[in-house]
Amino acid sequence: MQDRITDIGPPKYDEMWPDVIKDNYGKWLYHDILEPGVLLHVSETGTKLYTVRIPGTRLMTTDQAEEYCKIADEFCDGYFRFTTRNNIEFMVTDESKLEALKKALADKGNMPLGGTGAGVTNIVHTQGWVHCHTPAIDASGVVKAVMDDLFEYWGSHKLPAQVRISLACCLNMCGAVHCSDIAILGVHRKPPVIEHSHLDKMCEIPTTIAACPTAAIKPSKEEVDGEVYKSVTVNADRCMFCGNCYTMCPAMPLADADGDGIALWVGGKVSNTRSMPKFSKLAVPFIPNEPPRWPTTVKIIRQIVEAYAADANRYERVGEWAERIGWERFFEKTGLEFSHHHIDDYRFAATTWRNSTQFKW
Amino acid sequence: MAIKHQTPMLDELEKGPWPSFVTDIKKMAEAGKEACADLLGQLELSYKDKEGHWKHGGIVGVLGYGGGVIGRYSDVPELFPGVEHFHTLRVNQPASKFYKTERLREILDIWNRRGSGMLNLHGSTGDMVLLGAFTEELEPIFGEMTSKGWDLGGSGSALRTPSCCVGKARCEWACIDTQDLCYTITQEFQDELHRPAWPYKFKFKISGCPNDCVASIARSDCSIIGTWRDDIRINAEAVAAYAGGELAANGGAHGQETKLDIQADVVDLCPTGCMAWDGKTLTINNAECTRCMHCINMMPQALRPGTDTGATILVGAKAPILEGAQLGSVIVPFMKLEEGQYGDLMDFAEKAIDWWDENGKNRERIGELIQRLGLSEFLKAVEIDPDPRHIREPRSNPYIFYKEDEVPGGFQRDIADYREKHAR
Ligand code: HEM
Ligand code: HEM
Ligand code: SF4
Ligand code: SF4
Ligand code: SF4
Ligand code: SF4
Repeated sequence: MQDRITDIGPPKYDEMWPDVIKDNYGKWLYHDILEPGVLLHVSETGTKLYTVRIPGTRLMTTDQAEEYCKIADEFCDGYFRFTTRNNIEFMVTDESKLEALKKALADKGNMPLGGTGAGVTNIVHTQGWVHCHTPAIDASGVVKAVMDDLFEYWGSHKLPAQVRISLACCLNMCGAVHCSDIAILGVHRKPPVIEHSHLDKMCEIPTTIAACPTAAIKPSKEEVDGEVYKSVTVNADRCMFCGNCYTMCPAMPLADADGDGIALWVGGKVSNTRSMPKFSKLAVPFIPNEPPRWPTTVKIIRQIVEAYAADANRYERVGEWAERIGWERFFEKTGLEFSHHHIDDYRFAATTWRNSTQFKW
Repeated sequence: MAIKHQTPMLDELEKGPWPSFVTDIKKMAEAGKEACADLLGQLELSYKDKEGHWKHGGIVGVLGYGGGVIGRYSDVPELFPGVEHFHTLRVNQPASKFYKTERLREILDIWNRRGSGMLNLHGSTGDMVLLGAFTEELEPIFGEMTSKGWDLGGSGSALRTPSCCVGKARCEWACIDTQDLCYTITQEFQDELHRPAWPYKFKFKISGCPNDCVASIARSDCSIIGTWRDDIRINAEAVAAYAGGELAANGGAHGQETKLDIQADVVDLCPTGCMAWDGKTLTINNAECTRCMHCINMMPQALRPGTDTGATILVGAKAPILEGAQLGSVIVPFMKLEEGQYGDLMDFAEKAIDWWDENGKNRERIGELIQRLGLSEFLKAVEIDPDPRHIREPRSNPYIFYKEDEVPGGFQRDIADYREKHAR
């Protein structure tokens, strides 16, 4: 125990760099995407670095990770990297090696080149039913189904601009998906069901009450089978189904096969390019959970992507397109239904209402 | 080995061109890894029930650390004993996620022997997330990991593992040393990272330029984004090559065959209208440029960020829980951050975090605290003068809360003095 090592932090970044990165650090002049999935970076030293990008599934086994290591050993002197969006990048400096690398990846069958430029890159996502305790939906399965369908946009550059899709499996939004071109969000629609007979044993009542952002939870005494328990009640009218109470108190689960499903959001971005970063806005309030392949969700996402592809100007992100044509046109062109749920009624709601006579018929 | 659980629904996810996590996990299950087989079994049950089957965490961890491990138990352990405990360890990734395979294998090997063999490369925070360990394995895993030079990341009300974009390692637009900053902050805050002692979580994310590839403006309490103060560098020869259709638009993002119309695609889309093109020369009125990156993205061979570089620091971004989503707000419009000289940044971070630690309520992110007490209060705490760059527009309501010392004579008045001049 004495010799226990702690607080050393991660390995230093440059222990993980191949020589070409060390030698050209801060010296890169420009990049060019040669074809979908293949980037060229040119340095002021004259070095040319080719990067080949393939999708990772984020959730993988050590065997799969070993597959990537083997490719890196064979072609890239034993180095490779992951991108923020779960893609995998192999780098070579030699054009002939590039061709061999591309061929080796093609032979694998599950390592398609893409994820660059004006297309759909990998979906950043959270845990879903694979690990977390509060999800309203699965994550990996939905991602797989959506990317299978949008696969033509992974390995091509035919959209007006890049489309960033993200998924979070509950309102906590661990992945912070709220600024994506298209966000897939798991939502609960029923207030927690309360296990009065066990709540006081499993949870601390004051912290549970304090956890609720809308102050919907009150202490109460409840009778179950003739016995009175200290417990809580939830004012259903105030509940926004966020699951914060369940995080504090396992005797208040929200998950429900009929209550849970997907909401779709559109038009967010984080880059500062042209227009300022913006939040994603509600496009579809609810789609039922349809495992294993979530066909309705997949279909509606395609509907949105195709309407955008057909109508947006080149270089325009989904949100810039929607703002230019107006949200009334967005709903018309995507064929999505507009409902009461699209009108904000939370805090600062009034800032989203239309205070002008300007709109389109 | 025979298949342990039938998974007809998950099998549907083996079809299609996108790589299948099911196929991957199945292979490892068939090779005899019980956790993989039972994870698929339990996931299949979740697909049938349309409800998850994990129990709320419970407190597990490694000695002396308050975070880095998320507890998880199956709520159907009799069916799936291999995932009865399914705790995760967050392993701090090397900044910008380059790996030497030899080093990555250290983790893979430990995880193969002592864990489920399944992991996330990477979790959304940036860590490698090792998914699925039994409680008794946590300490041995930690011991083996640290002996090889790896450490846990953050969780709970602590500093979360900082992350950054690829930066100068492979991007021509990086205005700051993103990896070095990320690594330095991570090392500086080891205690705060491993021992939760704050009102809630705190995240640093670092992007090298305003494209913000790690989405720091949307999801970090302290977002550090590279920028510059001088002029965009123009290579006139390359401008001519773009005009002549020799180079692809937008760095090839729309295919090598898509060329650039400098007037329509660059000048007309500049949000500040500060560019001009007469068919021969591209000029930029740099004083009016807001460094949005559009023109640079469009013409990477002709335009580059300036050389007087540093960072804009924005504070307070967060996802919607609890008070609604927030983007980061500009606090320090410009800070010089030459490699290794991060004193100003550390001072700033310390002041900001101290203020939050002192005033924040339990589970209140710094962005929410700023909303509750006001941006001005925060600016005072970090000793920064108000500047129009802090706002999109000045206030439009007249409800200014003047403090007593701002008004001559203060708030204490004598009603008799008033009545001398004004009848009742
Ligand atoms: C017009 C806007 C953007 C342009 C031109 C752009 C350009 C680039 C370029 C050139 C790279 C490659 C850097 C390199 O590896 O050499 C890159 C990487 C990346 N971009 Fe962007 N980007 C833009 C916006 C965004 C946005 C909005 C996001 C996220 C929502 C994003 C996420 C990423 C990610 C995750 C990477 C990989 C970075 C890494 O590996 O750490 N980008 N981007
Ligand atoms: C009340 C709010 C929140 C709660 C209760 C919460 C809870 C959790 C839990 C239980 C996990 C573990 C998931 C698992 O592995 O089983 C988790 C993971 C995570 N959370 Fe949160 N979360 C909250 C908000 C957020 C927010 C706002 C962010 C980001 C801005 C965030 C980022 C993350 C990340 C990055 C992970 C790592 C897992 C992954 O990569 O999918 N969380 N959170
Ligand atoms: S988004 Fe919600 S359900 Fe998904 S991992 Fe995060 S806390 Fe869990
Ligand atoms: S789900 Fe959220 S809003 Fe509803 S009772 Fe629980 S904490 Fe309150
Ligand atoms: S944020 Fe800027 S510097 Fe960093 S990788 Fe993206 S484009 Fe390059
Ligand atoms: S960076 Fe943006 S604002 Fe500045 S000149 Fe280029 S397009 Fe215009």
